[in-house]
Amino acid sequence: MKTIQQIEEIRKEKRAELDLRINTKSDTREKHILVCRGTGCTSSKSPKIIENFRKIIEEKGLTNVRVIQTGCFGLCAKGPIVIIRPEETFYAHVKPEDCEEIINSHILEGKKVERLLCKNMDGKLAEKLNELDFYKKQKRIALQNCGLIDPEEIDEYIAFDGYKAIEKVLTEMNQDQVIETILNSGLRGRGGAGFPTGRKWAFTKDAQSDQKYVVCNADEGDPGAFMDRSILEGDPHAVLEAMTIAGFAIGANQGYIYVRAEYPIAVQRLKIAIEQARQYGLLGDNILGSGFKFDIDIRLGAGAFVCGEETALLESIEGKRGQPRVKPPYPATCGLFGKPTLINNVETLANITKIILNGADWYAGIGTEKSKGTKVFALGGNVNNVGLVEVPMGTTLREIVYDIGGGIPNDRGFKAAQTGGPSGGCIPAEHLDTPIDYESLAEIGSMMGSGGLIVMDDTKCMVNLAKFYLEFTVAESCRKMYTM
Amino acid sequence: MEEFVTLTIDDQEVKVKKGTTILEAAKQAGIDIPTLCFLKEINEVGDCRMCIVEVEGRRGFATSCIQKAEEGMIVHTHTPEVLEARHIILDLILSNHKIECLTCTRSGNCELQKLAQKFNVQKIEFPGEMSKHTIDDKSPSIVRDFNKCILCRRCIATCKNVQEIGAIDCIERGFESCISTTYDNSLNDVDCTFCGQCIEACPTGALHEKENIDDVWTKLKDPDTYVVVQTAPAVRVALGEEFDMPIGTNVKGKMVTALKRMGFDKVFDTNTGADLTIMEEANEFIERVQGEGVLPMITSCSPGWVRFAEKNYGDLLSHLSSCKSPHQMFGAVIKSYFAEKYGIDRNKICTVSVMPCIAKKYECSREEMEVDGARDVDYVITTRELSRMIKQANIDFNQLEDNEFDNPMGEASGAGAIFGTTGGVMEAAIRTAVDTLENKKIEAIEYQEVRGEKGIKEATLNVAGTEIKIAVVSGLANAKKMMEQIKEGKSPYHFIEIMACPGGCVMGGGQPIKDAKTRASVDVRKLRADSLYAIDEKSVIRKSHENPVMKQLYDEFFEKPGSHMAHKYLHTKYWEKPKYELEEG
Amino acid sequence: MEEKCVDQRVKQETKEILAKYPQEKDQLIMVLNEVQEKYGFIPKQAQIVISETLSIPMAEIYGVITFYSRFTLAPKGKYNISICLGTACYVKGSQKLLDRAKERLKIEPGQVTPDGKFSIDDVRCVGACGLAPVFMVNDEVYGNATVKEFDEIIDQYMNM
Repeated sequence: MKTIQQIEEIRKEKRAELDLRINTKSDTREKHILVCRGTGCTSSKSPKIIENFRKIIEEKGLTNVRVIQTGCFGLCAKGPIVIIRPEETFYAHVKPEDCEEIINSHILEGKKVERLLCKNMDGKLAEKLNELDFYKKQKRIALQNCGLIDPEEIDEYIAFDGYKAIEKVLTEMNQDQVIETILNSGLRGRGGAGFPTGRKWAFTKDAQSDQKYVVCNADEGDPGAFMDRSILEGDPHAVLEAMTIAGFAIGANQGYIYVRAEYPIAVQRLKIAIEQARQYGLLGDNILGSGFKFDIDIRLGAGAFVCGEETALLESIEGKRGQPRVKPPYPATCGLFGKPTLINNVETLANITKIILNGADWYAGIGTEKSKGTKVFALGGNVNNVGLVEVPMGTTLREIVYDIGGGIPNDRGFKAAQTGGPSGGCIPAEHLDTPIDYESLAEIGSMMGSGGLIVMDDTKCMVNLAKFYLEFTVAESCRKMYTM
Repeated sequence: MEEFVTLTIDDQEVKVKKGTTILEAAKQAGIDIPTLCFLKEINEVGDCRMCIVEVEGRRGFATSCIQKAEEGMIVHTHTPEVLEARHIILDLILSNHKIECLTCTRSGNCELQKLAQKFNVQKIEFPGEMSKHTIDDKSPSIVRDFNKCILCRRCIATCKNVQEIGAIDCIERGFESCISTTYDNSLNDVDCTFCGQCIEACPTGALHEKENIDDVWTKLKDPDTYVVVQTAPAVRVALGEEFDMPIGTNVKGKMVTALKRMGFDKVFDTNTGADLTIMEEANEFIERVQGEGVLPMITSCSPGWVRFAEKNYGDLLSHLSSCKSPHQMFGAVIKSYFAEKYGIDRNKICTVSVMPCIAKKYECSREEMEVDGARDVDYVITTRELSRMIKQANIDFNQLEDNEFDNPMGEASGAGAIFGTTGGVMEAAIRTAVDTLENKKIEAIEYQEVRGEKGIKEATLNVAGTEIKIAVVSGLANAKKMMEQIKEGKSPYHFIEIMACPGGCVMGGGQPIKDAKTRASVDVRKLRADSLYAIDEKSVIRKSHENPVMKQLYDEFFEKPGSHMAHKYLHTKYWEKPKYELEEG
Repeated sequence: MEEKCVDQRVKQETKEILAKYPQEKDQLIMVLNEVQEKYGFIPKQAQIVISETLSIPMAEIYGVITFYSRFTLAPKGKYNISICLGTACYVKGSQKLLDRAKERLKIEPGQVTPDGKFSIDDVRCVGACGLAPVFMVNDEVYGNATVKEFDEIIDQYMNM
């Protein structure tokens, strides 16, 4: 159990220690070698890279160099990725056998390993992360800590204002003020439909019951979407803190994270994060000495697309087949175990702490008139910079595909971009300049969806794709209702 | 203070209790909304969406079977959009339904067929791929043809929530989804009790009894076979429904006439068998109470209940009365006493029972249900099957004159008649037990405490200075409660009547099927049960032991209740049975 | 006789797994996940123990198992080849890998080769979209795979 005072002390101390992570001009002699341990880079042997780095550092007795595992940097196409801070050097496609050279050349001689640097579209080498085209138009709010901190160290999270929002909520705000802040921020559900988050919170708060629940929907089911997984892998505490804030706002003291068992790294990091938060008294009976009680448990999904639908998800948490329920009643009045339940998806929750700390106006200042803030997309398919992208609402599809995504491989033409998963649509070239927000996408017959964005070049057959999605929906149907 | 809401349905103002569904509110206003998956109080889930309506100001359609009426709500039940949507839903349902109405057992009494007629469906709009499932007809009682299933889940709700068995559930996903058992086994090999309540719930022909109609006709056609039929008490108060008579009409006389016309050599009344059961059961009870027998004693005339007990409570089977059920006893009597008395070769006798029950088919096939190689009962047909046979025989049932059961065993007491409803066996047994214990004729013989619809009823009787606690239970969920109580050693009872079907035999799985609308508006159980109580009330003899046939049977054959002869013919044994007969692995 | 011993062991181990969770129905999927993890499938005997302990009918448990694609009723092959059919992989040609796998091993997704060595799964997004098209052999991930490379890797496992 830690007091607010003690948490603040950890924050100060750790923040000073980690200054080089965000201060490229830091004059420290320390070096932090950040290695991506997201699912993508882990698959291409980043654990081995970490091991090699540590071995070499030990052998050479380097005391000023630390190797840190982080969440996803976003540019998965270039994985495994290694970033060296404070100078923010971005190394791509690093192999375990490259570690020696990086240490010898970069760390010891101060000479960058050029062959591992990325080239921008203009052919120039990008020496730093923020020199890469990929990052230039992005704005990272939900992904703020991904790639910055070690997700398995609560102190690193605390260092970058972690658990400051819950402190603010518990010491300075009442339930209505919290909900009003979320409402005024204009934040809308990132799971697909875009329902105003603040209204959802208000409905659940207004429901009368002795027991309420907060549920985090981490059952990212759209094929080709991995936004939520990356957030859980890279910044699990942000989700826990947001759920706690939500619990306070609606009057719940139990939360559940429904996460796919197919995301073993995310599950593991969540488990660690929950344990650490409990130890610090940031979850439990008396959070930060405020008397507010809230705890979180993990529930594993087992691979059913339909469980992304919120009522199907509730059925699944209850241990049943994920068959959706008829609405109304909505979960806000009759949800998990028949009790009022707030269900938000991971990305939605990842915005909460920032809104609380920076204010509703700050958030509402980002994005378009009706769609506020940023949106994370999993950019995939026939695009050069496959990866995780976070952009302000209203960014056009063209900017995402060409400026951030680096265009289409082999200079092929753009045929379509698929958004919204199997129930979404394909956006053809004529709509490349559509600003991406809830309304504009709906207008052209697609939908925001959870954030999968698959680019298809002109060799792709749209009829085949339609068949692919139809087969998918047939196989994944719960076959409970004949029509929706 | 009860709260009310006022809403408008099809321009009509309706005031209903708060919490009423739109469907129910419409019904109160005399407006009909079609339903399919809806089964009142059992399956209220809004799956099929046949009942959709338009609610002004609301996005999409509302499923009226579960959505509550709200103050000021404006509902339209048959706009062109609603009608079109319902039609599409029906088309989609029909796209995966094996359409063989001409040969389907439910033709004419199929809720899907009725909807198709209502919507004037003239062709199958979506002739695509169809589910292909093998028909499960392994069990002696029930046939499952999933190709006719429309996934309404009424059967699941009945099996899982009403009976608390859960032998069937939805399995697989996507197009493969279907209603089946664990490992897609036959119902014969799982925890199914053959209560048949799922059949009563099914709107289509996906579930039905295993027919023995052809077997019976074959015997009737054979001049060398002496075919004896007996009919259970609950059959006479339900059979008329299959001929458009009001629910609960007592058609005993017409039924007897029909059976005789169909060619049965003798038409007997299972009520007489019921009297015999009471003679034995009351005696067994007295012996258990006076000796140090296992108590509570539990009735054993419901074969669904017996199968349930054998599969779930193998260590408590000594609580079950060793008495065979009335029709099995009676079958044994026909092939012994009756055959001897009339000089008929028992091997040439075929005994047929008309029962409100499909588990009776299984019961009569049980290995131990025979004496000296003669099966007690050769075939069991349900009330529904009998109605089909009458139609096959081209008999104009409604125009038939009345007839009486055949003698010498045609006499039955009122006590035998009420066997057909929950509480009846107990009341009949008590009438005899009390007279025996008190050694006098008690006049007050109607035990109201054990009548009525409640799933568990109890009473305490003071008999000859001894307090006797009794319980009457119907439905397997309630049976489970009783058994758990016994298991924990906390049962306060001496005698328990258990029937597998909620409401008893009048609501058995072999009875005429009532559609969801009827079930929602009429208390079918009460109408049928009242009819049985009326038979009892009008009977001259109302106690089993006062039935002269009993005296005759014991004088001439069985000697006395519980005798060696009685045990040979009228009693049986039970065995612990595996809950699932699954392959290894 | 040997079979019975295995049954007893599965029952005992399932009981041990169950003991870690509250004895509530809503724990079913959590328990099944752990059983699946332990055996690579969910044995019948485990289901019976779960059914008795959590008071859930066998049919419902079977319904849950067959609803979720992670749960399986039979052991997988020694080398389970999962081919990602997420959209990103599909767009990059993973269907060709699946077709090739079926052709070479002469089994369909969900089946095991007669010698028990290989099985194929078509899975939805293993989360390595940056490496599309992706396939896995047990836990080993192979990215940016062509049919030729796929063949070579399968050859390696065949000779193992």
